[in-house]
Amino acid sequence: MTVTTRPPTGSAPGPAPSRRSLADRLGARLSALPTVAALLIFVGMIIYGEAAYGRIVQFSTLSNLLVNNSHLIILAVGLTFVILTGGIDLSVGAVIAFSSVAGVMLANAGWHPAAAVLVMVLIGSALGLVSGVLIQYFGVQPFIATLATMFLARGLASMLSTVPERLADDSSIRELATQLKIIDGDKVNDLVITPGVVAAVVIVVLGFLVLHRTRFGRTVYAIGGSEQSATLMGLPVPATKLGIYVISGTLAGIAAVVYTSRLGSAQNITGIGWELDAIAAVVIGGTLLTGGTGFVLGSVVGALVLGLMNVLITRDGGIRPEMTTIITGGILLVFVILQRVLAARRRAEQQG
Amino acid sequence: MTGAPPIVEMTGISISFPGVKALDAVDFRLFPGEVHTLMGENGAGKSTLIKALTGVYKIDEGRILVAGEERHFGGTADAQAAGIATVYQEVNLCANLSIGENVMLGHEVRGPFGINWKATHRAAAEVLATLGLEQLDLRRPLDTLSLAIQQLVAISRAMVTRPKVLILDEPTSSLDANEVANLFTVIRRLRDQGVAILFVTHFLDQVYAISDRITVLRNGGFVGEYPTRELDRTTLISKMIGKDFATLRSLGSERQSHHYEPRGEPLLRTEDLGRKGSSEPTDLELHKGEVLGLAGLLGSGRTELARLLYGADKPDSGTVWLRGKKTDIHSPTAALAHRIAFSSENRRDEGVIRDLTVRENLVLAVQAKRGWFRPLSRKEQDALVRKYLTELNVRPADPERPIKLLSGGNQQKVLLGRWLATEPDLLILDEPTRGIDVGAKAEIQAAVAALAAKGVAVVFISSELEEVVRLSDRIIVMKDHRKLAELENGPHVTAETIVAVIADEGDDEEGDSE
Repeated sequence: MTVTTRPPTGSAPGPAPSRRSLADRLGARLSALPTVAALLIFVGMIIYGEAAYGRIVQFSTLSNLLVNNSHLIILAVGLTFVILTGGIDLSVGAVIAFSSVAGVMLANAGWHPAAAVLVMVLIGSALGLVSGVLIQYFGVQPFIATLATMFLARGLASMLSTVPERLADDSSIRELATQLKIIDGDKVNDLVITPGVVAAVVIVVLGFLVLHRTRFGRTVYAIGGSEQSATLMGLPVPATKLGIYVISGTLAGIAAVVYTSRLGSAQNITGIGWELDAIAAVVIGGTLLTGGTGFVLGSVVGALVLGLMNVLITRDGGIRPEMTTIITGGILLVFVILQRVLAARRRAEQQG
Repeated sequence: MTGAPPIVEMTGISISFPGVKALDAVDFRLFPGEVHTLMGENGAGKSTLIKALTGVYKIDEGRILVAGEERHFGGTADAQAAGIATVYQEVNLCANLSIGENVMLGHEVRGPFGINWKATHRAAAEVLATLGLEQLDLRRPLDTLSLAIQQLVAISRAMVTRPKVLILDEPTSSLDANEVANLFTVIRRLRDQGVAILFVTHFLDQVYAISDRITVLRNGGFVGEYPTRELDRTTLISKMIGKDFATLRSLGSERQSHHYEPRGEPLLRTEDLGRKGSSEPTDLELHKGEVLGLAGLLGSGRTELARLLYGADKPDSGTVWLRGKKTDIHSPTAALAHRIAFSSENRRDEGVIRDLTVRENLVLAVQAKRGWFRPLSRKEQDALVRKYLTELNVRPADPERPIKLLSGGNQQKVLLGRWLATEPDLLILDEPTRGIDVGAKAEIQAAVAALAAKGVAVVFISSELEEVVRLSDRIIVMKDHRKLAELENGPHVTAETIVAVIADEGDDEEGDSE
């Protein structure tokens, strides 16, 4: 504790001299350090991949990275909101399964594609609302509430169908995965994007703006810092907590649309474990699981790190695909330890 | 102040909780431009009254007028909308955000592209400036500030909405003298700007330093409203506790006559006991039946020394002799086995377990000492609990009540009982009377005196020097994590003596900040 020995005449407590403020300035940036580290590791992986296997830094590889991971990026944005408040959402993978199977079946039953897509998104919102109500109004732990929603959504998906439901070849939902050439490179080395990638980018930008430019977003951070304080400050805590689970569910619905349009089919076992991939992406991106610290952009980097890792493992050929989860776990562990070390150093600097 | 109508007028306020009438027909008035103190023992209904005014509790009976208009508060937001802002005892800000973000949270200035951070920071700077805090860097994370400055930031935050009423609920309980002075400067400044300030504290000195008027509550009832200068301390205290102040006085004289003569082998002796960064090597001796006071400012290393004695921290230098034998007290469990008990200053986090009952809290240490495989029978538990609830006069004397429903003073008595139940030879009490009312304080002091008379050695740590002087046989004065002096207590020793010791020493070291 700083003991200010100045006279009380109006000159209260200011920052003490420079030695301390340097540590403080470091402290201010320390919260962004894990995110920066994730970015560095991502760049490092690209450089390593380029050097070891080649053909990484080129349009087609990077476009594919985005196209193949856009659904994961969208999920990670939703989970960033949830985890920033100190909550968790385990239901998103199952929500995708239910939403996709329902959407494909509706489209095949002759629904207008736009209506089917809308229903897919709304299924996500509704299930998110269920989680949010359980958590906010019934006082259920987020872990348990979203676990319940997860089982519910997976069960509903299985009740609809237990076999792959193929989207009709002429369904306009497939057009959402149309590859649009932005830069026509030589041979197949083109820079392409899909409407799914556009959706992911828009969602990331919106997510960033909501978190940093709206009171809703500031309340999300405040709840993660201290829910009790946020309540006493008169912030709309219940509505915000409800809101973030609806956001997470809605984004899971959108991710379902993006993924289904690309794959062209849906199944009740789609998306098993994706909630954990998304959580891993968020954590690797520097968001603390205890809430209050983190960035949407970090989660994007986290998702891309995971995606790139898969690309590198495929390229290597020598690594068995079964190893993927072990490597994911390893990366996750390194990042969590990094966060712990930084947090400990920050505490030490404040006391020292 | 005179002539102007009250900004807040509460009449006949009653609030009941299951089984208790927390407030019974209480009146309260608050005028613009005054500092009004709410006084009363713990459990007198101060917090309940404040919570009625801030919209946390709904009132069962009575009327609340704010600026002449009747209000019905459905929640804290309603009270805030009516111009009533509150700063709580615990700093309720978000440590993960910056100063500026905390000040403006929920009131950010918005433009066409969402929050306009530039304008928001400008607004935050303006508010801080009205409180004389313009030198704070808005972008610094809040958790780099001391608790005292966080408290001032919390007040700044409360002032963002330009409230007419500011409630300060025990804002000084963890501040040192300088920090309190800073806080008072800010409070006076706001008062002069016409804000009505409701101030709650347990420190009588502060009441007389800052407040214009006093309202006294006792047992949920209204005792009276008085101008501060017409109410002397003795009268105030007797109004609060409802009995004569003499009880408290007599305790002091009893202790002074206690005259303790150390003889024989000390119970505990240390040589060069220290730990890098928390406690300089210290020698001390403690005899049976002696009360050793540790005096010093907040952060002078009192608690750190106590933690070394109890084995909560590992010493890296020095030796401890216990009953003449060299002993290594490496953990609290070992200390307990050696009949040393330690009651932490942090009642909330290291003391009571809020959701357990009084009985469960009380038997915890005895049970731990016996080992968890030999559980105390219910009969033994009940006997222990009855004994200590009566001996320490815990109210209500209901062993099955969750401890969180007891007032701070009564929680502290249960904690004291917890350690007494282990029948310690050496009891270390770290700030046992912090934040509790005068009545409970007197009872705890009496219990300590009685213990010493029975032959228990007590280490007594307190920020209130008067209390240390009243109770101790010997006083160790601490500063900057080392022992500064050791005083034999006697009629010539007063709180001023201790202050002088600390101040003299400080003269040649001024400017050597922490």
